Amino acid sequence: MTISNIWVFAQAADGGVTTGTLELLTKARSLGGTVSAVVGGDASAVAATLGEYGATRVYATGDLGGALPGAAVASALAAVIDGGDRPDLIMFPQNYEGRDVMARLSVKLDRTVITNNTDVSVDGGSVTVTTPVFGGNTLVATTFSGEGPFLAAFRPKSFAAEAAGGGAAEVVAAPVPDLGSTGGATVTAVHVEESTGPKLDEADVVVSGGRGLGEAEKFSMVDDLAQALKGAAGASRAIVDAGWVPYSMQVGQTGKVVKPNVYIAAGISGATQHMVGMKGSKHIIAINKDAEAPIFGVADLGIVGDVHKVLPKLLEALQGRG
Amino acid sequence: MKVIVCVKQIPDPALPGELDPSTNTLKREGKLILDESDSYGVEMALQLVDAAGGGEVALVSMAPNGEVSGLRTALAMGAAQGVLVSDPELAGSDALTTAKVLAAAVQRLGGADLVLAGTESSDGYTGTVPEQMAEVLGLPSVTFAKSVAVDGGSLKVNRQTEAGYDEVTCPLPAVVSVTAGVVEPRYPSFKGIMAAKSKPVDTVTAGDLGVTPTGWAAAGQQITSVTQAPSREAGEVIEDDGEAHVKIVEFLEGLKVI
Ligand SMILES: Cc1cc2nc3c(=O)[nH]c(=O)nc-3n(C[C@H](O)[C@H](O)[C@H](O)COP(=O)(O)OP(=O)(O)OC[C@H]3O[C@@H](n4cnc5c(N)ncnc54)[C@H](O)[C@@H]3O)c2cc1C
Ligand SMILES: Nc1ncnc2c1ncn2[C@@H]1O[C@H](COP(=O)(O)O)[C@@H](O)[C@H]1O
Repeated sequence: MTISNIWVFAQAADGGVTTGTLELLTKARSLGGTVSAVVGGDASAVAATLGEYGATRVYATGDLGGALPGAAVASALAAVIDGGDRPDLIMFPQNYEGRDVMARLSVKLDRTVITNNTDVSVDGGSVTVTTPVFGGNTLVATTFSGEGPFLAAFRPKSFAAEAAGGGAAEVVAAPVPDLGSTGGATVTAVHVEESTGPKLDEADVVVSGGRGLGEAEKFSMVDDLAQALKGAAGASRAIVDAGWVPYSMQVGQTGKVVKPNVYIAAGISGATQHMVGMKGSKHIIAINKDAEAPIFGVADLGIVGDVHKVLPKLLEALQGRG
Repeated sequence: MKVIVCVKQIPDPALPGELDPSTNTLKREGKLILDESDSYGVEMALQLVDAAGGGEVALVSMAPNGEVSGLRTALAMGAAQGVLVSDPELAGSDALTTAKVLAAAVQRLGGADLVLAGTESSDGYTGTVPEQMAEVLGLPSVTFAKSVAVDGGSLKVNRQTEAGYDEVTCPLPAVVSVTAGVVEPRYPSFKGIMAAKSKPVDTVTAGDLGVTPTGWAAAGQQITSVTQAPSREAGEVIEDDGEAHVKIVEFLEGLKVI
């Protein structure tokens, strides 16, 4: 057996598809065999892009009518698989929708899932994924056993996205069957938090604040510094949980993965779950009053000091430069 | 209203994690504690039952060696009873087997109006168990709930998204996973801790539940190697003498960021 049929769970965003989708497609096509994308929704607007990145076919459920994708998309995919197109490997992005669809499908197919991966390799019929543990210090390689479809989820930014220049992918309808007792979870309203400046996971400079800022109001120092450096502001989970800033700003295992040119951590201890989200940054500056803070272990420039002293002076110096 | 909460019992996260060199799986020995991620579910369940004017909060947990310390913490917070699945046969179970076991434990308790779980566990963080349980139980589900309210026969959930949040309605019974920080978990009172000692915990094996941890799902993966990632060199660390900001400016200039 060889791995010849790979599916990628694709997600639409802002009229196109997410960068994560393009990353997975790029990796999928390097593994050999044919690549199909699956879309929970209408695919007519994205078939060209998906094709350009290597998908020859798109299974599309059509509009979900507000249904949460987990049960709906998994049922549609299970029906396609029952119908005879059996993928060897299905790659999901490690995010809300990817995880939910993968989880539902794993039960329908009675197959294991492996999540939080950062790499995948194929050797004949076997598929091996790499998962960083302990904050990325240790890499665990796991090989799927038994028969596919193998289900794996990958962390954002695990692969570089590169177009292959293929023509538009053929759209094949994968309608959602009757969900019976598993259906019914429906989105009735969508709330989008306004944000200005570059996107957190695309910015060249990211300035993140943590509990060391002391209080919610002090986050303005982080915002101001991010703005002065034309970057984006991020946060540790501690202050997201505390309600100081919205979840969309969280960097780390449960939040965004960022790999900017410069990452500035202000008052962040450097817990493993935070580090997995920012360790890939090219340059890291950390400001923390505790010389023993783990964040200094990954910092190119570490300042043992008080954020309330260092940040205002830094802002003043930057603003003085005009 | 009856709410069942999944509570994982995990090694103290303050202690450094370790892989068992013979199996390459996470070591789960010694005293286990209630996963903080699940303390939010317990608190939310207690609040929902209160708001409904009565009912019961029950717990399900799968853990090695008959471990109940974490369950007792949740019972001390106010849950009434629990089912613990403990079975050497379950060692090394993947998320799918865990979900099947927990779903069977929910059924052993006679089902519930609502099953709550954490979004992801602190030690495993697969993040798929709640949604897999929902599928095994044949129930609808809402993941990543920031707030949950019961309104007659259905739920109103604010569900966290990448960009903000969605308002979601979902018929009951259902499975919901909650994010950290949604509610403030109460500290068990002394009275609660004493009462928890005599609350019933039904300890069962996978066999008692009729779950056979075999088949593809149970044998679906094999760890083939464990290596050290290339570590990042720590750079210069300086003590702020009042002029550290100058260093940062120079560093940024060197990178042509400014
Ligand atoms: C399943 C799971 C998932 C998680 N996912 C994430 C995630 O995605 N992202 C994430 O960030 N965390 C995550 N966490 C939480 C993580 O473990 C830490 O709790 C969190 O990152 C700590 O945030 P912090 O560094 O802001 O706070 P703390 O750990 O409290 O650190 C605050 C730091 O500020 C320093 N400090 C205090 N005062 C000052 C001052 N005046 N000047 C300078 N420094 C000061 C202190 O020395 C300390 O080092 C997760 C945890 C779990 C269990
Ligand atoms: N062994 C377990 N016992 C009880 N609940 C569990 C167990 N494993 C996972 N869960 C539940 O599922 C959630 C997600 O876990 P995970 O999929 O491991 O990230 C946890 O927060 C728990 O609520």
